[in-house]
Amino acid sequence: MNDKLLIDCRDVSLGYEGHAISEHLNFQVHNGEYLCIVGENGSGKSTLLKCLLGLIKPMAGEVVLDKSLRRGAIGYLPQQTPAQKDFPATAYEVVLSGFLNGRRRFFYTAAEKSRALMNMGKLGILELKDQCYRELSGGQQQRVLLSRALCAAGEVLILDEPVTGLDPAAAHDLYRTLQYLNRSEGLAIVMVTHDIQNALHYADTILHAGQKGWFCGAAADYLASPYGRKFGGETV
Amino acid sequence: MTLLLSMFTYPFILRAFVVGILVALCAALLGVPLVLKRYSMIGDGLSHVSFGALAVAVACGWAPLPVSIPVVIVAALCLLRLSERSRIGADAAIAVVSASALAIGVIVTSLTTGLTTDVDSYMFGSILAMDRTDVVLSIVLAVLVIAVFALCYHALFAITFDESFSRATGVPVGFYNTLLSVLTALTIVLGMRLMGAMLISSLVIFPALSAMRLIKSFRGVVLMSAVVSVLSFCIGLTASYLVSTPVGASVVVVNLIVFLLCCLISKLKRRSRT
Repeated sequence: MNDKLLIDCRDVSLGYEGHAISEHLNFQVHNGEYLCIVGENGSGKSTLLKCLLGLIKPMAGEVVLDKSLRRGAIGYLPQQTPAQKDFPATAYEVVLSGFLNGRRRFFYTAAEKSRALMNMGKLGILELKDQCYRELSGGQQQRVLLSRALCAAGEVLILDEPVTGLDPAAAHDLYRTLQYLNRSEGLAIVMVTHDIQNALHYADTILHAGQKGWFCGAAADYLASPYGRKFGGETV
Repeated sequence: MTLLLSMFTYPFILRAFVVGILVALCAALLGVPLVLKRYSMIGDGLSHVSFGALAVAVACGWAPLPVSIPVVIVAALCLLRLSERSRIGADAAIAVVSASALAIGVIVTSLTTGLTTDVDSYMFGSILAMDRTDVVLSIVLAVLVIAVFALCYHALFAITFDESFSRATGVPVGFYNTLLSVLTALTIVLGMRLMGAMLISSLVIFPALSAMRLIKSFRGVVLMSAVVSVLSFCIGLTASYLVSTPVGASVVVVNLIVFLLCCLISKLKRRSRT
């Protein structure tokens, strides 16, 4: 596997309204990598994601994205909003909207339509194509949103707490799907999560963002670090 | 039947029909994203601001539309900003703005002309209020709204369903939100004197709600709410002519009946499935 640098965070400081939360973050995401971002509430995990997506600028430092990721070619799985719970849209309509990518075109091409169906097939939700999004189960809804992210994705999937609100079986399915996408399709995965046990099990790299400092390294080394001992202690 | 046909011999009713159908169509189209984005109250707030602006314009002897259109557009942009920043209770802020505008409008009119039939017709609408300018303006507005929905349909769907995803993939979310609220402002200003300030917001909300009961796809909801809205308006206006009730109120009641029917049908459908 050729090692391509996709995301490069150089000395990034994050914060709200001039008040820094995390300072001097340095980390990189290469292709095919699986990175989990963990940390307490309010440690700037979501802010970090927004930075990676280019929605906000870091207070200091810079986030450098590979050429292939510019123009919004990032597969993003945001947290669900309450408004989506009773949204009248078919699963297919939702998945297709992943192709919008800010390009100035009014309609989807036939190639995009067939790729949307392919992505749905890949995640095993093709038969739900014409079902209403609000009538799907939580796990199925996440799969629809994941298919949409695949439509937009070049080489990276960015997920914001994807298993929150899922029952254990659905969460397990989702982890297996992500593992498949990571191993077989070679997609890099960046995930914010509170589910530290599964993060340690599936991820190559753990980034712990905290107010007093940060850790970034292999999942195995994380538990040995002072952050890992404190944060993931009860799971060992 | 002859009574129905005689209705169209009055030019003012014909104008009311044209303006009403077009405004109902625009309101229903715009209503779908507004309702789904939880911005329904913006329509209500805007109609009250529009009433205030109209009252001030009449008191000062200015032409009503040139004054109220810019005022309501500014108000729409302000309300949109308020709703986006959820830290301040957006619903409370909209309630404050709309009540204040209404109060100012009432005070200005009572100090100058007194609460005449004019004010009553602004509040609850009047079939006599439409002139040629309204007809021309509503045609222009309808062309605009339909063009926006035809060309930007996919973008509108994306920003309605998921703003953060759309932002991340580079869709100009702010631009589309502004476009929606400006078009809503125009629709409300135009429809207000026909439907009434207190009742116009129902044209935005009811058709979308009715369509959402029955239809599963976004495209279907948009199309059905447009059809429901136009039909309800026609039935409401005809009924108001036949039994001489106020137009605005009659149209709202027809919309209510349609909504209740849609609720009933979706209940029955669900029961028959299980």
